[in-house]
Amino acid sequence: MDPYQIQMLREIQQLEFVAIELTLYLDTHPDELEPLQDYNRTTERLNQLKMQYERLYGPLAAYGVSTSKAPWQWAEQPWPWDINY
Amino acid sequence: MWIYEKKLEYPVRVLQPDIRMAKYLMAQYGGPDSELSAAVRYLTQRYTMPTNRTKGLLTDIGTEELAHWEIVGTMIYRLLKGVPPEQLRGTDLGGYFTQHDNAVYPADASGVPWTAAYIQATGDPVTDLHEDMAAEQKARTTYEHLIRLTDDPGVKDTLKFLREREVVHFQRFGEALNEVQEELAKKKVF
Repeated sequence: MDPYQIQMLREIQQLEFVAIELTLYLDTHPDELEPLQDYNRTTERLNQLKMQYERLYGPLAAYGVSTSKAPWQWAEQPWPWDINY
Repeated sequence: MWIYEKKLEYPVRVLQPDIRMAKYLMAQYGGPDSELSAAVRYLTQRYTMPTNRTKGLLTDIGTEELAHWEIVGTMIYRLLKGVPPEQLRGTDLGGYFTQHDNAVYPADASGVPWTAAYIQATGDPVTDLHEDMAAEQKARTTYEHLIRLTDDPGVKDTLKFLREREVVHFQRFGEALNEVQEELAKKKVF
């Protein structure tokens, strides 16, 4: 994996972590507006970044979430346990 | 339905193989208070929760636990990668190698296979949420023990992340317990 791909992956992980943390917080605080706005903003940025990543490096998800170029790209990139950060 | 994303929730960096640490980490991969137990526990208990919020919380934390299970599995895999059998034998993973080679099998640090007996689902939401809070504390303690057992800065860093998540989950379960107790108090007719 090239350094730019690792860097993008780290950015995705960071943004997704914010989204996970806000999800759990909102699960028990559904009436709070500020974390909800943060959640929506983070999710939009995360989706943009994932689309950018997938255009360059192939799908992060299969099962109808991301499209693939030909031939089927799902297995092309290294699996998470084989990545050197 | 679940969708798999081809990435870890948090990066795993391992300096070099460390057979002993791999063995100790099995505690959180296939032990009683492991990430596997956590995921199966929450995803099992959620069906009988009385409020939609609590069903949601158990679904979401259970899902995050699966991501943690993958992180711990990745650490074990990396720590054992390329280690020849004679070295495994020298550090009492010889029995493990006999049955599993370098595969990542869900057993605890002493080789005991994972069992559903580690978890409970009583159908009583107050009881189940108390179990969940205890489970998060037990996992936090185990991570603290594991952090003391390694000098690898990468492994320490990932373990600190996982430890922190136990604290957050404990907090959220406590809030869910309050909500459930309020809800049950409203419905109670003596």
